[in-house]
Amino acid sequence: MKLELRGITKKFGDFTANDSIDLVVEPGTVHALLGENGAGKSTLMNVLFGLYDADGGEILLDDEPTVFAGPGDAMAAGIGMVHQHFMLVPVFTVAESVMLGHEEVTGPAKLLDLGAARAKVKEISDRFGFHIDPDAVIEDLSVGAQQRVEIIKALSRDAEVLILDEPTAVLTPQETDELLDIIGQLRDNGTAVVLITHKLREVKAIADQITVIRRGKVVGTAEPTASQEELASLMVGRDVSMTVSKEPAQPGEPMLVVEGLSVVDPATSLKHLDRVSFEVRAGEILAVAGVQGNGQTELAEAILGIVPTAEGAVTLDGSRLTGSSIREALDAGIGFVPEDRTEDGVVADFTITNNLILDLYDKAPYSKAGAIDTAFAAKNAKEQVERFDVRTTSSEALAGSLSGGNQQKVVLARELARDLKLLIASQPTRGLDVGSIEFVHKRIIEERDNGAAVLIVSSELEEVYALADRIAVMYHGKIVDIVPPDTDRDTLGLMMAGAHEEEAA
Amino acid sequence: MSATTATEAPQQPQSPSRAKQVLREILESSTLVVIMAVVASLIIGAILIVIADEDVRTASAYFFSRPGDTLSAMWEAIWSAYTAMFQGAIYNTRADTFAAAIKPFTQTLTMATPLIFAGLGLGIGFRAGLFNIGAQGQIIIGATLGGWVGFAWDLPGFTHLLVAVIGCALGGAIWGFIPGFLKARTGAHEVIVTIMLNYVALNLLSYLLSLEAFQREGQNNPISPTVAENAQYPLLLGSQFPLHWGFVLAIACAFGVWWLMERSTLGFEFRAVGANPRAARTAGMSVAKGTVLVMVIAGALAGLAGSAQVLGTEKNLTLDIAGSIGFDAITVALLGRSRPLGTVLAAILFGGLKASGPSLQVLAGLPVDIVFVIQATIVLFIAAPPLVRSIFRLPAPAHEKEVAA
Repeated sequence: MKLELRGITKKFGDFTANDSIDLVVEPGTVHALLGENGAGKSTLMNVLFGLYDADGGEILLDDEPTVFAGPGDAMAAGIGMVHQHFMLVPVFTVAESVMLGHEEVTGPAKLLDLGAARAKVKEISDRFGFHIDPDAVIEDLSVGAQQRVEIIKALSRDAEVLILDEPTAVLTPQETDELLDIIGQLRDNGTAVVLITHKLREVKAIADQITVIRRGKVVGTAEPTASQEELASLMVGRDVSMTVSKEPAQPGEPMLVVEGLSVVDPATSLKHLDRVSFEVRAGEILAVAGVQGNGQTELAEAILGIVPTAEGAVTLDGSRLTGSSIREALDAGIGFVPEDRTEDGVVADFTITNNLILDLYDKAPYSKAGAIDTAFAAKNAKEQVERFDVRTTSSEALAGSLSGGNQQKVVLARELARDLKLLIASQPTRGLDVGSIEFVHKRIIEERDNGAAVLIVSSELEEVYALADRIAVMYHGKIVDIVPPDTDRDTLGLMMAGAHEEEAA
Repeated sequence: MSATTATEAPQQPQSPSRAKQVLREILESSTLVVIMAVVASLIIGAILIVIADEDVRTASAYFFSRPGDTLSAMWEAIWSAYTAMFQGAIYNTRADTFAAAIKPFTQTLTMATPLIFAGLGLGIGFRAGLFNIGAQGQIIIGATLGGWVGFAWDLPGFTHLLVAVIGCALGGAIWGFIPGFLKARTGAHEVIVTIMLNYVALNLLSYLLSLEAFQREGQNNPISPTVAENAQYPLLLGSQFPLHWGFVLAIACAFGVWWLMERSTLGFEFRAVGANPRAARTAGMSVAKGTVLVMVIAGALAGLAGSAQVLGTEKNLTLDIAGSIGFDAITVALLGRSRPLGTVLAAILFGGLKASGPSLQVLAGLPVDIVFVIQATIVLFIAAPPLVRSIFRLPAPAHEKEVAA
């Protein structure tokens, strides 16, 4: 089925999210919709899926103008969508999830026809090699498998056009490669795939056509043969360097020393961290690589004291941190960029001004005698917004109204405002667009050059390579090995699966 | 597992519950919504007045021959009811002197005083993410301790009032500390604990009033001696008016709470903990400390509401000392969106509704219950849109959504 959008316009008040956008997707092709966060990609797809009413333009399916009143219409017409955040019920089985909303009944008692649903799941799973058990419970599945369930759901409703909204944002590198294979198979089966993303590597790997959107407008189309730099500058509107240049590290004295650190889950008594030892020197970046869920998150949180440690010791610049409160750890000179910035990094209902003083509010000069100096806070906010290029109408805007990249800039601006001995950043650029990634990486390297020890936790190998002076690979709560930054991708990949360097190399 | 882990565990903030979300949405509703809720409630009140009115019923019996009669009787009923309420709560146009004419308004402010105190305290809790349902109990304990100081102690001049007021605040603070401490230490939910403590407080007072030390000489009814003259709030505008200095203290507290929440570092912590406990914790704030402090301050303010009763209007302790103030104050705090100015205005509105009751009955011949219905429908209208949205998990109105994802 051929899908065509003509002159789609969508406004929110004065803001034009989509400005007469044209897009043609042919059957059996993958069409990548590339753009920064906030460029209007998701809005466009929500218009197409009937979630928003367009203010202008039309949708054509096989050259027939069509109007969708809601997602139901869109699905009936053969359009399937896999949202960035999955729409699955955790306690349902795969078969139940796929049937949800399209329940079929059987027999005189009108019982749910689970058998039919199971067969359907199995058929689709086998056809594309998804390896999904129809009776598995959703919450037991990995994120990648949950995404495949979403795809099965769309396909089970005979979707001929499949929209994938930032599908790799939540996936590990391996799962990403698997997904790209799946997309390829779908294309070969004649499905029209719309891939919404801001990741250039994926676009180059799979797309047949590329449409780039910036600030709600189509700014160009490109061939997949275009270089990453060309695509990035189209997307951002200026030249972007894909690799941040950095001088070799000049490591000083050991700043952070971790010895035999263990973290135990209080509910299951499983070990998230198993006697981990390493050190980070002043003026160097240690990047912790690993597949999500191998203890990296707990490592970062245990150093700050967010999760209690069961055994072991953490020392910062010679003084013991173990057993101290989060406040004491921060005051000792740790800057912390949490993995989940919307949950742990910012208070969405607070202004940018207040978020910028979230862990500074009771220190001079931000406050005096128990009262916050609001004039100083406002001045500070103005400076930081400018210095960190936070895109907002005003520093009095709520942090919740910012895009992910700009929220991250707020967190970073706040954490770097203090004199740091150690900067811990977990997934510092997750979900960020190219322009913001470059910016965040530059700031982190600057902090290293200022003499701070830096600990980065990242599941993106590109990021690990861009930042690391040394790479620690974690697997099952242990550090497999610490290797130099020129270790090749395959070796790292094998180490991330638990093999030691000697075996891997 | 080490001991530290065991005490840390309850502090782990949970993801915001559905109830918290409802609260947040109520607090974020616009001023327009609040005003429309009041207007809509007055309209519903008008409908009830029409139904309850004798003349309208008589005239409606021959509605089809002379519909004009019914309509004019309806208009007459609504007009007389609302003018009666106006005269009972704001300005009595039939009075001979100006003093007599504005007396109803001073009555309104007097009725509003304890609501301001308690509403301010509850508002702090709501903004810090705590559902404190315990104002009633905190008022009772505050009034008991302060009232006891007032009638049992003998202190010279102004110090007696001062010590009695402090006693009220202290009593409330203790009663607020208990649920705050239990929540911070064990994770016990404050709604359950505060509701239960309301009963404990009432029964404690009931027991105390059975003791000789708390009884009026020569009486064994549950009523305490009158609070000493110099432990009573002095009247603000002379003996013609009921308004006492407690009102001035309440307004001063409103300024204090504004400063606390909007300017102080402590209020910043409270708001951060309420808006996102996880981010607050990651930023080094102590959620447990915040919880305890908020409950203590809220309790102290509720205790001061008790002082407005026992040292201001009632002047002695009875089982009915708190009336329904602790519960009305919840509405007042929500109606005022937990902001000090809003709370003061909402308390005056509720004080006015309360003050207008007798006049509605006498002048318009209508049941006082109309006032309760108006109060109740105000709550319903304010709570309804987010309530309905939240229960059915409907999305927020389009303008609240993120603009482009």
